[in-house]
Amino acid sequence: MKVIALKCKICGKEFPPKALYTCDNCFGPLEVKYDWEFIAENVSKEKIKKGPLSIWRYADFLPIENVDPIDLGAGYTRFIKAENLGKELGLKNLYLIDDSTNPTYSFKDRVVSVAVTKAKEFGMKAVGCASTGNLAGSLSAHAAKANLPAYIFVPRGIEKGKIIQALVHGANVIEVEGTYDDANRLATEVAEENPDWGFVNINLRPYYAEGSKTLAYETAEHLNWELPDQVVVPMASGALLCAIYRGFEDLKRVDFVDGEVIMNGAQPAGLPIAKAVKSGGDVIPVRELKTIVHSLAIGNPADGMFAKEIIEKTGGYAEDPSDVESIEGVKLLARTEGIFTELAGGVTIAGLKRLVEEGRIDKSDVVVAYITGNGLKTGESIVSYLEDTIKIKAKLEEFEEVISW
Amino acid sequence: MVKVKFPTVFVQITKERKIEIEAKNVKELLDKLFERYDGLKERLIKDGELTPFINIFVNGEDIRYLKGLETELKDDDEIAFIPAISGG
Repeated sequence: MKVIALKCKICGKEFPPKALYTCDNCFGPLEVKYDWEFIAENVSKEKIKKGPLSIWRYADFLPIENVDPIDLGAGYTRFIKAENLGKELGLKNLYLIDDSTNPTYSFKDRVVSVAVTKAKEFGMKAVGCASTGNLAGSLSAHAAKANLPAYIFVPRGIEKGKIIQALVHGANVIEVEGTYDDANRLATEVAEENPDWGFVNINLRPYYAEGSKTLAYETAEHLNWELPDQVVVPMASGALLCAIYRGFEDLKRVDFVDGEVIMNGAQPAGLPIAKAVKSGGDVIPVRELKTIVHSLAIGNPADGMFAKEIIEKTGGYAEDPSDVESIEGVKLLARTEGIFTELAGGVTIAGLKRLVEEGRIDKSDVVVAYITGNGLKTGESIVSYLEDTIKIKAKLEEFEEVISW
Repeated sequence: MVKVKFPTVFVQITKERKIEIEAKNVKELLDKLFERYDGLKERLIKDGELTPFINIFVNGEDIRYLKGLETELKDDDEIAFIPAISGG
């Protein structure tokens, strides 16, 4: 058995590896505890190299026992040396992992593939989540593949474009009056009442979060089993940054790599984690979420304090670009590298830009930035910031006039 | 009487998920619960403050955005203790 327990991140109390997520001793969140001797004996770089072209090439590091994965092909996405963007920002060794090309067009496929596989392993009857969009699409697709009903809780008034995917895959989409935090509270209550349902980011959270560690494994594998100097990660709850950090630590544990990675976060202005890192204070929940970057707008981030701790421990920093900077970030990436990312990706690029300008990232550092989602899903939110089309009559002279400008 | 709902993780201490109790505000409610359930106070209060891992809602609203412990309660109000898990 790879997974030996769930362990409280706060007090260390251990629990059997079931669908649990909160410690009964101190109410802290739980994380997976592995049998590292077992993993070290089983895992090898050669085995990974021959593995499937998805997150499941790293199955030896994932909290799944003997069950076939629900694999739509999440992960092992494009790893790009971003020469053009690097030049623009003044970086010689900038790399991107482009998760806008995942099966449902965001990094969520990594976590959901693991969580839905775990739901199957537990014999659960349904799956669910609270979502601002990307998670809804990913869960619905994986639930369809797993033959499980899906219940998706979204805030009332969410853009239709964000739930088309969920609806097309046949999920039950529940629009809840209020914000994401309200939808999330209700989903938590439903999870409490239905222990044989797998709410991927609630009662399956300890397993779910592990899926994002694959971003760290891919980073190292693509760099020929070297660690980058620095990474830049978008933050909502902070879970992604924590998972990538754990992924790097896992690789050190099995002697695949050595060294330290400086972990940097990017979060839209006004949100709690970046605010706490910048001020040096605690992560304090906020009620009003003014940013247009809805996929990162979480007022009460569950992993905020852990993300902040990792950023500080590794000598990183967090930046909090404005909405306008983030839109410029989307455009900059699109125009330099041909990648159309969602606004969260714009936050990452804008955050990276600030970190370079502040001198926190050195010109020659090997830097990896994580592009977590696809721009087509939130196209309407940036359309008014783009140049309009050039309108002419169907006459050659009119076109020639255009190019003579 | 107000209606109080506990999460599964409380059940080891409270033995029950739903109760009704008299309380004028959240502070009084907590004092009564601490008196009634041995071990709850030590788990819920850390360094004199409520643990950040459990949120308290009155009729669906987080007490942080009401009046905190001073939030007044009236008959039939629903108070829910919910593990603080959000985002992904």
